[in-house]
Amino acid sequence: MAKGKREVIRLEGVKKYYFMGENIVKAVDGVDMVINHGDFVAIMGPSGSGKSTTMNLVGSLDLPTDGEIYLDGHNIARLSESSLAQIRGKKIGFIFQSFNLIPNLTAKENIMLPMLFQGLRIDERELKAEKLLELVELTDRKNHYPNQLSGGQQQRVAIARALANDPDVILADEPTGNLDTKTGEKVMNFLEEFNRKGKTIIMVTHDPELAKEHAKIVYWMKDGKIEKTTKTKKAR
Amino acid sequence: MIKDYAGLAVKNLKRRGLRSYLTLLGILIGITAVIALITLGNGLRTAVISQFGISSTEVISVQAGGVNAFGPPGSGVTNPLRLEDVEAIEKLNGVERAVRRNIPTGKLEFKDEVIFGVIMSIPDGEDRKFVYEELNINPVEGRLLKDRDIGKVVLGNNFLTEKAGLSNPVKVGNKVRISDKTFEVVGITEKKGSFIFDNVVHMNENDLEALAGYGDKVDLIAVKIKDKGEIEKVKEDIEKLLRERRNVEEGEEDFEVSTPEAELETVDQVLGGVQAFIVLIAFVAIVVGAIGIVNTMTTSVLERKKEIGVMKAIGAKNSDIFFQFFIESGLLGLVGGIAGIFFGIIIGFFGTIGINSFLGSSASPKIDLILIFLSLIGSFLIGSIAGITPALRAAKQHPVKALRS
Ligand SMILES: Nc1ncnc2c1ncn2[C@@H]1O[C@H](COP(=O)(O)OP(=O)(O)O)[C@@H](O)[C@H]1O
Ligand SMILES: [Mg+2]
Repeated sequence: MAKGKREVIRLEGVKKYYFMGENIVKAVDGVDMVINHGDFVAIMGPSGSGKSTTMNLVGSLDLPTDGEIYLDGHNIARLSESSLAQIRGKKIGFIFQSFNLIPNLTAKENIMLPMLFQGLRIDERELKAEKLLELVELTDRKNHYPNQLSGGQQQRVAIARALANDPDVILADEPTGNLDTKTGEKVMNFLEEFNRKGKTIIMVTHDPELAKEHAKIVYWMKDGKIEKTTKTKKAR
Repeated sequence: MIKDYAGLAVKNLKRRGLRSYLTLLGILIGITAVIALITLGNGLRTAVISQFGISSTEVISVQAGGVNAFGPPGSGVTNPLRLEDVEAIEKLNGVERAVRRNIPTGKLEFKDEVIFGVIMSIPDGEDRKFVYEELNINPVEGRLLKDRDIGKVVLGNNFLTEKAGLSNPVKVGNKVRISDKTFEVVGITEKKGSFIFDNVVHMNENDLEALAGYGDKVDLIAVKIKDKGEIEKVKEDIEKLLRERRNVEEGEEDFEVSTPEAELETVDQVLGGVQAFIVLIAFVAIVVGAIGIVNTMTTSVLERKKEIGVMKAIGAKNSDIFFQFFIESGLLGLVGGIAGIFFGIIIGFFGTIGINSFLGSSASPKIDLILIFLSLIGSFLIGSIAGITPALRAAKQHPVKALRS
């Protein structure tokens, strides 16, 4: 497979408008974007510039007001809710700023949950969850509940959960936003490691340093539009 | 899959606060009422039947006044039955024997204490044997009355204890004063579990007539029939005869001819009414409980909105979310049901023991496994049906909006 050549995501003239009575909030206002397999992309921009909205559209959590979104060559811009759920469950792994683990499930059970929604058998789920716990170095915490874990540990569980169904693409919305620099660094290292292993990663951040240091390509967003695209030193 | 949802639901139920479980009170009360009712049911029936001394033998009893079968016989009757009525009934085809009974009330004194009670006339000869057999009366101390006993009485079992209202127990050989005449107690009867027969004074007819002076008036006629299969026909014949003798139209009888079946039917009607009432209460409680569950589930859908968003983000379909809440709601109902069954059986059990010790009956509680099984299924169904709307609401959450909440 020619690394960095296969196209995974393509956005064409994507718009997302929110209609609030008289006002129209143009959260995303005509975005074009092509992301290839194995990319590590950062979406940079000030708060409210439309980064999360863009990410949610890519992650098939939402439908655009206008434009086309291709995931692995399939147009997902006008799919039904249940087809979208299938697609995002299989192809996308989400990581959130506030970790968003299910509070009454243990670390391991949280990791097993996405596989349940894909209909995997319990023994398959257990086996995979154990492997992922090992990858994020949390085997000794597998039976802990989220409130018994530190922020960094919770985010590593979230990463493992995002990887559960072997998705092509990992979407991380400010993954280090709630972590201190050192813990954040560790989380970033895991993301980089998985990127090296072939995962396509799209990360939203408002921290330019973080973007330059870890990503290969940076999209700079403002007012719902892409201002510019830059390549970092990581991109060969 | 269902098992997995159930597992998730159990985890969610475990973290629920007391408030959620309080809303189960309705289901709990409803199921408790039904289970207690059934567990108690037979005990209550046996207790009532033994209370009123409804005999199982094929005997028809005739009373004037048409008052309810359980009232004091002969009380407040304007046109009493007479001895000639007894004789006329005895001449009917199908009747083997008709026995007059008089059951006046009287004053009884013993060791400076006075109580008022019922005295029951005991006839002579073959009729005596019939009365003792029909009422199944046996002595526990001393003996029963015989022909030609004069100035002698037999007392009900409660006179052995304070239950008859006297603080001193009466023994065989003691003298009691009844309506200012002295009588010797020659026997005490076995416990019957009936407040009538356990408190009654038996007295031979001659003594009682001399005491109460009722002449040829009769309080009750006990009719023994020749053939059990003819009981309804004999009953109709007696009614026809008395209508003619008393000159009343059909439907306007001032007397009552009752068979044991009819008396049992009355008991069952009364109990049936009580049961219907309790079932109604249970139904209302369950409806209220179901509304409570709708409420609780709706609240937790709102509380767990973000969680729903997260689950959708990691691939949960609408149906996945729906079934999670649906099953959780069903299990919530089931918890109420299990608690209800538990309390219902406890109440039924101790209720029966209570009835038995209060009335001296010996009913046993009835554990109905089918009913318990149905209650379990029913409470799960009530819970899950109540959960349909909240679960749909959960399933329809927009993933992005839910995540932003
Ligand atoms: N569901 C929504 N309803 C209304 N406005 C929204 C909604 N989601 C986002 N917005 C608005 O769209 C703009 C972009 O939001 P977002 O994508 O979250 O920005 P960022 O992630 O870059 O901070 C903001 O002005 C936000 O208030
Ligand atoms: Mg954002």
